[in-house]
Amino acid sequence: MSLPLLSGEPHVITAGAAVLGEALDAQAVPRTAVDWRPPLPGTEDDLARVLADPRRAAANARAVDRLTSARPLLTGVRPAREVLDLPPGTFLHAGPPIGWERASGPMRGALVGAVLLEGLAGDAAGAQELLAAGRVRLEPCHRHRAVGPMAGVVSPSMWMFEVRDAEHGGIAHCSLNEGLGKVLRYGAYGPEVIGRLRWMGEVLGPALAAALELTGPLDLRSLIAQALQMGDELHNRNRAATSLLIRELAPALVEAAGRHAAEVLRFAGGNDHFFLNAGMAACKVSADAARDVPGSTLVVAMARNGTDFGVQVSGLGDRWFTGPAGVPDGLYLGAYGPADANPDIGDSTITETAGLGGFAMAAAPAIVRFVGGDVADATAATRSMYEITLAEHPAYRIPGLGFRGTPVGVDVTLVARTGLLPTVNTGIAGRVAGTGQVGAGLVSPPAAAFTAALAALAREAPIG
Amino acid sequence: MDAERPGTDLVRVRTGMYHDSVSLMRVSRAAAGLPGVEVAVVAMATGLNLGIAAGLGFALPAAGPADLLVALRAADADAAERAAAEVDGLLAGLAAARVAGPAGAAEPPRTVRAAVRAAGGAATLALVSVPGRYAFAEAMDAVEAGLSVMVFSDDVPVEREVLLKRRAAEHGVLVMGPDCGTAVVGGTGLGFANVLRPGPVGIVAASGTGAQQVACLLDLAGAGVGHILGVGGRDLSAEVGGLSTLRALDALDADPATELIVLVSKPPDPRVADAVRKAADRLATPVVTAFLGRASGRGPGDLTSAAEDVLRALGAEVPGWPSWSAAGPRVPGPGRAADSGPAPDHAAGDGGDRAAAGRARRLHGIYAGGTLCAEAALVAGTGDFTDYGDDAYTRGRAHPMIDPAFRLEALAAVPPGDAVLLDVVLGHGADPDPAGRLAPAVAAAVARGVPVTVALVGSSGDPQGLAAQAGALCAAGADVFVSNALAARHAAGLTGGPR
Repeated sequence: MSLPLLSGEPHVITAGAAVLGEALDAQAVPRTAVDWRPPLPGTEDDLARVLADPRRAAANARAVDRLTSARPLLTGVRPAREVLDLPPGTFLHAGPPIGWERASGPMRGALVGAVLLEGLAGDAAGAQELLAAGRVRLEPCHRHRAVGPMAGVVSPSMWMFEVRDAEHGGIAHCSLNEGLGKVLRYGAYGPEVIGRLRWMGEVLGPALAAALELTGPLDLRSLIAQALQMGDELHNRNRAATSLLIRELAPALVEAAGRHAAEVLRFAGGNDHFFLNAGMAACKVSADAARDVPGSTLVVAMARNGTDFGVQVSGLGDRWFTGPAGVPDGLYLGAYGPADANPDIGDSTITETAGLGGFAMAAAPAIVRFVGGDVADATAATRSMYEITLAEHPAYRIPGLGFRGTPVGVDVTLVARTGLLPTVNTGIAGRVAGTGQVGAGLVSPPAAAFTAALAALAREAPIG
Repeated sequence: MDAERPGTDLVRVRTGMYHDSVSLMRVSRAAAGLPGVEVAVVAMATGLNLGIAAGLGFALPAAGPADLLVALRAADADAAERAAAEVDGLLAGLAAARVAGPAGAAEPPRTVRAAVRAAGGAATLALVSVPGRYAFAEAMDAVEAGLSVMVFSDDVPVEREVLLKRRAAEHGVLVMGPDCGTAVVGGTGLGFANVLRPGPVGIVAASGTGAQQVACLLDLAGAGVGHILGVGGRDLSAEVGGLSTLRALDALDADPATELIVLVSKPPDPRVADAVRKAADRLATPVVTAFLGRASGRGPGDLTSAAEDVLRALGAEVPGWPSWSAAGPRVPGPGRAADSGPAPDHAAGDGGDRAAAGRARRLHGIYAGGTLCAEAALVAGTGDFTDYGDDAYTRGRAHPMIDPAFRLEALAAVPPGDAVLLDVVLGHGADPDPAGRLAPAVAAAVARGVPVTVALVGSSGDPQGLAAQAGALCAAGADVFVSNALAARHAAGLTGGPR
């Protein structure tokens, strides 16, 4: 066996004692120095066990390849009761599992709104009574191949985007976006909220469904790739993606929606986040393609329910690993301030899971002030995510980084080793039920969610 | 704990700041030298370092291994604050140097995996010297990226070593280490490495300082060494089974520039030794084995005789090995001239001149190199030998070849009438002036009637300067030998021990 290092020009990677690196500098040997620091406290033995798992490298390569090769197509818009296997009396919510007792203000507000929408109670007090009595069964969206922004509450009469993965055959759903301000997903449930949801079920959903019948499936992978090059990061900025989606749908809407076409277009065009929910479904179907690869340390879901932040990992099935959700750091609307903010909430971190959102901040210089900092911070945020991800996305590219692919596929072991936590862009919900949105900003997930997942991987790694 | 204690304590914890132990010891040393400062501990807040600070009487807040501890005791509060500001400046300097990196990159990689990507395919080798319990992850990154890796770190569990080496075999790369202190690859010195003239000899070493001794003697005799592939001190144990040794032998056999292979090790596991010998016999390149204490041929089984075997196999002449004897009569007392060293004295090897001055009671071997220590103990056949490079002494702190503190303490503790034998190893990675750091303690020992013998392992090209180092040690009163075996024989002679 020959070793190329015996004959080639040396270039040394150095990690550790500076004096040994300096000795190479003294010999004029080129090197790349690692800015090494200890891993998250208490993880070193778990790390060794997991890194020694002979399945890991191939499992991760396979899992992240499935994630990045997914081809999400927008194939339809349908009522939740038709597409989700929702048992009677069951509502979905964002994040890891939670009951009424531990639910935060906005989660409770959204559930109240959904009870009212479904006509299960006459007023908010009655709805709360019903929910507190456990008469509505609560399950995570993720358990039903669905995602929902913020509270993420889905009840049977809400309409959903349907996204299919043309590469691996998966399917995922996400509710339709209501716009900003006082909306159900931020925990508001006033009459205007319920009225808008009814209109979405009666007019918007059927119109979009009819238009998609005419256009046929829309390629969301291609649309997201274009939007990234137009300054969206696809979580807190969806202006370009929304415009592109409306451009695709508008002629068909005019043909299919008749007298409702103008109001549907006005509603969608008046909401810069209209695309977000379709994008989330695209990310969900991509991440789901990477699930259940034995030995893989890839994160396939990050989600918050307003109380807990949870992750799921490819090699660990549908188990959740959680830590307390943090309060985002950001800018506030009007007179609201940090005291009004609820802890982090929503399934929209599926965008970061799939290499968008906070991971693609360098693509969205227009919103860096909104989420704190300047363009250099955005570039640094994206760059640092390459440290904890397994791949660079082959289709989602960032012009400002020389068309480098976005960092994609969070590896639990790399989070533990570097202590770098995923950068998440997010909206901020008011903590009091019924308030709605109070701001937007950045939030760090709890390290405990990742170290708990690592410990589970270590327990299940084959010995030797 | 002592209310009467003079001075002011200042303790600060910097969370999220990390620097390696050697860099921090440099900062500690600089801080301890500031005006009015009595004690300075600047270290990562590991259990060990917290224990040290607590033992010094500092009241410590809660802190963990990812935090940086600054504990200062100064004459007064002003001096403490000034010292703290100075420490901040030094730490900022370390951070700036790290962020700038060798290539001026803005954001340095945080793992070997990321560094391989940042190097853009140019990387040929990784050198891992992070604390042992974290080394596996970084080394595995290198192996999975198809790179050979030198693991300088010690204190790596043996089962992880075996795993790493098995995985390396699957990826067709070599793991040098763990606890590999020395390697030379195509002229590049890694870890503790001497500057060697290039040549036809390739060394496979389960013993870093053993390889350095052999390579330096070959260099002094005019024979060149192309590569030293370290394999780690445990490679020839029954657990590891010589995985890296076998791989390194194959690699050197396949290297067209290598004409002779030397295998250097402490006594290996017998079954592993058999397997390695069989593998060596199958190679096209001749192999000289130097298993310490197991004379393979005519030599007495020490490293010097192994180097001589190599020279004979190359058809080269075996020279007289240089040594320098302390100038003038050995009289206790201060004031020895220290400005210049004497010329090499090829006759100092017999130790007979000391015997006349009365025999030393006991020999203390105070070593930095593990194999050198074992060899000296074997050759001397008498005395107390301590390897200060052993894991037990280096956990959480720098190797004695970088930081002589432990050895200076040990040297100061030797009672009058006893003798001392110590090693000084030169080369890249080692202390830039070990003789300068040791000389005052050597002179003090000699002054109180403790004869000092030094095995000086270095090549003529080493940055510290072999002759200058020998001169400084000699001027301090030590007898200096480039051969550790000759030094041990000389020191044993002082005590009337074997030989």
